[in-house]
Amino acid sequence: MLSLYVPGDSFVHRAPAAAKLAILVICGAALFVVSGIPVHAAELALLAGLFHAARLPWRDTFRQLRTALIFLVPIFLFHVFVTDWTLGLETVLRILVLLLLAVLVTLTTRTTDMIDVLEAAVRPLRHVGVNPSKTGMMLSMVIRFIPMMMREAQEVLEAQRARGLDRNAIALLMPLLIKTLKMADDLSEAIEARGYDPEPVVPVWRRKG
Amino acid sequence: MIQVSDVSHRFGEREVLKDINLSVRERRVGVIGANGSGKSTFARLLNGLLIPDSGAVTVDGLDTREDAKAVRRRVGFVFQNPDNQIVFPVVEEDIAFGLKNLKLPKREIARKVDTVLAEYGLTHLRDRAAHLLSGGEKQLLAISAVLVMEPRYVVLDEPMTLLDLRNKKLILDTIRTIGQPVVLVTHDLDHLRDFERVIVFDGGRVVADGPPRDAIRHYTRAMA
Ligand SMILES: Nc1ncnc2c1ncn2[C@@H]1O[C@H](COP(=O)(O)OP(=O)(O)O)[C@@H](O)[C@H]1O
Ligand SMILES: [Mg+2]
Repeated sequence: MLSLYVPGDSFVHRAPAAAKLAILVICGAALFVVSGIPVHAAELALLAGLFHAARLPWRDTFRQLRTALIFLVPIFLFHVFVTDWTLGLETVLRILVLLLLAVLVTLTTRTTDMIDVLEAAVRPLRHVGVNPSKTGMMLSMVIRFIPMMMREAQEVLEAQRARGLDRNAIALLMPLLIKTLKMADDLSEAIEARGYDPEPVVPVWRRKG
Repeated sequence: MIQVSDVSHRFGEREVLKDINLSVRERRVGVIGANGSGKSTFARLLNGLLIPDSGAVTVDGLDTREDAKAVRRRVGFVFQNPDNQIVFPVVEEDIAFGLKNLKLPKREIARKVDTVLAEYGLTHLRDRAAHLLSGGEKQLLAISAVLVMEPRYVVLDEPMTLLDLRNKKLILDTIRTIGQPVVLVTHDLDHLRDFERVIVFDGGRVVADGPPRDAIRHYTRAMA
């Protein structure tokens, strides 16, 4: 599910990451102000156009949405039974528009570009000691290592099942913890070996002069 | 030239390297020895990842104690486990990482990344998620990510140990094409037959050092 970027050359792909993220945030907020089923239907049509222009494979798009779609069903049903179905439809459309917009941005924007934007966005926080470059690095590594950790967990589980062990949190966490520590150790050396050298960040209250 | 002078190192009680004195001038140097004989510790000294307890390591005259950063730029390092040295989620991002650390302009980074991707046959994988590559492709990525920084020397610590036969060969063939002087740590004698020099470690000491034939004879006898 991670590393979602689908390479392409459409204008959606080429649009600056900062603009796309800004639009996502602004539209996300605006969505809860505008109302009306026709309005949301129109937004949906517009989004369909953008997906088409970006030539995104339906399969990738659907895979991103699958889990979320499952939640839309109970939300809709809740409204049908508790309020009325039009409100349900509107809510569901609204969430769908937001989801599709988020998926569009993630599928057409490189992780590095998004992280660069994030780094720029947290830059003002350096006065209170937040290191933008380290923040970006951390985010990249999380994205890089989540799939790996999931695979490791899977392997540990399988090894234990092979030995006839039942599911057991400690038996899972211990080997995983050891592997993670080893990995973190290796990784910090690898990062050092490639010359990582972030500028130090000093919060205002520690600055002199 | 990499110069190792009177180096000893211990981890806690355990003396892992003892009185190492040697210099590396050859284009192809192999390092071999049993597990735990100190090969990795030795390799990590060469680019300042590890500073010895006593003695000195210099690279082209730069002392790792004083100029660790400059030394690391000169000496590229490839680790055993490719999974634990790929930092970024996407292939081309990972290759760009070291170049960003060198503070190169974006354009130049892009150009160098393109060149190295093409050189190592990774162009078709540039947008791929690193965690989905095969073991051999991952190690190829790790090597490319080091070579793109144009180090003067390249140290590789058992880069083939975790790979299957076919990928071992791929990586070995790739190492043959490296233009810089190479120090290759391995425990497979076959990898070193065409090397100029092989250093044999045993219990933290250098027990043989010379052309592969002599060193290999020594090593085979010791392992018997
Ligand atoms: N960071 C460390 N802390 C403690 N002991 C270590 C550390 N790294 C290596 N050692 C020990 O030093 C010895 C040599 O290790 P190493 O240089 O990795 O050998 P090799 O690469 O030849 O297998 C081993 O006994 C190992 O357990
Ligand atoms: Mg080792």
